[in-house]
Amino acid sequence: MRMPRLTALLTATAVFVSAFTLAAQAAEEVHVLNWKGYGADEPWAVANFEKATGFKVVNDFFNSEQEMLTKIRTNPGLYDVVMINAAFNDQAMAGKLIQPIDVSKLSNYADIAKDKASSPMLNHDGKVYGVPWVWGLTALAINEKSFDKPPTSIAEMWNPAHKGRVIIRDDAVEAVQFGAIASGQNINDIKDMDAVKAKLTSLMPQIKTFWSSENDWNQMVASNQIDIGTYWSGSADRAKTHFKLPVSLVIPQEGAVAWLDAFSIPVGSKNVAGAEAFINYMIDPKFYVEWVTKVGAPVSANTKAVEALPEDAFNRKVMGSPDVAKRIQFQAPITDEQREKYLALWQELKVNVK
Amino acid sequence: MADQLAIGSRRGLKPALPLLLPAYLWLTVAIFLPLSAMFFFSFMTDLPLAGKEWSFTLGNYAAFFSQSLYSRLLLSSLRLGLEVTLWCVVIGYPAAYVLAKVLKGRSREAIFLLVILPFWSNGLVRIFSWAMVLREGGILDTALNAVLPFKINIDLMYSYPAVIIGLVHSYVPYMVLTCYLTLQAIDDSLIEAGRSLGASRRQVLWRVIIPLSMPGLVAGAALIFVPVVGSFMEPRILGGRTGTFYGTVIEDQFVAVFNWPLGAALSFILLAVVLIILALAAPVLRRTG
Repeated sequence: MRMPRLTALLTATAVFVSAFTLAAQAAEEVHVLNWKGYGADEPWAVANFEKATGFKVVNDFFNSEQEMLTKIRTNPGLYDVVMINAAFNDQAMAGKLIQPIDVSKLSNYADIAKDKASSPMLNHDGKVYGVPWVWGLTALAINEKSFDKPPTSIAEMWNPAHKGRVIIRDDAVEAVQFGAIASGQNINDIKDMDAVKAKLTSLMPQIKTFWSSENDWNQMVASNQIDIGTYWSGSADRAKTHFKLPVSLVIPQEGAVAWLDAFSIPVGSKNVAGAEAFINYMIDPKFYVEWVTKVGAPVSANTKAVEALPEDAFNRKVMGSPDVAKRIQFQAPITDEQREKYLALWQELKVNVK
Repeated sequence: MADQLAIGSRRGLKPALPLLLPAYLWLTVAIFLPLSAMFFFSFMTDLPLAGKEWSFTLGNYAAFFSQSLYSRLLLSSLRLGLEVTLWCVVIGYPAAYVLAKVLKGRSREAIFLLVILPFWSNGLVRIFSWAMVLREGGILDTALNAVLPFKINIDLMYSYPAVIIGLVHSYVPYMVLTCYLTLQAIDDSLIEAGRSLGASRRQVLWRVIIPLSMPGLVAGAALIFVPVVGSFMEPRILGGRTGTFYGTVIEDQFVAVFNWPLGAALSFILLAVVLIILALAAPVLRRTG
């Protein structure tokens, strides 16, 4: 008597669970995977999109590019839209994680800057695997309370006056590329790893802690615990505009790491039409202007969207200036071997600090 | 306890089966199968996802032995485990004694509630509230400076002591509960007999109470030591730049670089080391017990 009842119970549970998942899939949902607090999950944006199209947006988040890849690998068919840094697009495509996008369905695609749209990182065999969304910099940001006038050099991070008040992201690739800039090298072709290691080793004692999300960074400034650190341009803008924190971005004379974020559609997406509609909405000038004014954002890849900003807007005036364009280096894809080498170096640095 | 077990075994296993089955079925499905899969992964070059090529290898285990990094991290994690366990004994044992032998009735219930309270809140919330207390300009710093006549600067956040404080706070209830159970089971007349035969309070403590409560101490220590050695959340949040431990490196392998095989291998090495330590400690502890 007992066993059949248990079996029945288990079967019932299984049936219930699968029925539940089926029901969830049947609804016209668009599952979006992105960084938290990065445009796609703004409540007003989600509401506008849902009102205009009738699709329902379900947001999910990641804390590192590797976590994002892990999530699409381990949940095939769950996500419809995923935000991928262009430098990782190759890897996602090679792993058969994302599918080609029919850009003729995206009315705003034609306005995307030609150099971004034709980026070899996003186009493979004449097919588009990523729609450029925004680009920005990994540069420095300062706590305005700690500086009379903003520094111009990356060397400020090593200034003994900031000992224990410096913050960098807990990310091997970002740390190594930052070390490359500090030692005057090309981030995509690092010849002298020892110089990078020496630079980072001497930086370690300056560091208070590592950050992994915008929230970490902003809290450290809000409680006045840091002076300077590496930060993303869009995040610095958001910290200032939205959270009213004394944060300003510094693009050091030595240069900065530039990245391009793009939207892709995972293989097995159950709602490709919804995904296309969502991506088109994300690159729309109207959404972008609202995002910049209300929250703060990086620079749109859509030229019409940037032109819609006021003339003196940071994202138009500073980020669009030829002087900045000369200094920045766009991130290229990284091989697995390089990544492992960077990680080993980064872990060694973190362990030696003890 | 022992008597009940004896009766159970006399009656045979069969009637006990329906009672045991759900627990063991659950353990098999939820723990044994995934753990076996992880053990399998730890010998692979890559995960067999999305048609990736893979083969069997011992390379993941070799990585541990070829780089001093991992063994150094493991040693620092073991040290962390020992220190946290020690502090839990120092703080938890006296509290358990007072609960079991001194307090009675309402006051015991009230104190007991305070001990269990941390269990009711989410671990992450507890850790983040410590962050508010420990940082410069935080609650502890502000409170002490308000009371003390001279200026002191307390910034424990992002340091090794902060990790210890966070972990001890999370795990001390285990020590209190296990010690409380064994201490409560000690017959008061044994203590009274010792006292009436001329033993000092200290002698009674060392010769009667501690030996009799040893099983609780050992159980508590094992319950604390094992998870602390593999802990990653507390070191990451409270440890700052000094917060790299064996557990955080394993987490990085799973979350940050998607190298599950290496992460699994590192986890099983940790499991082996912990089992060896417990096996070595068992005879020593049994003798003192």
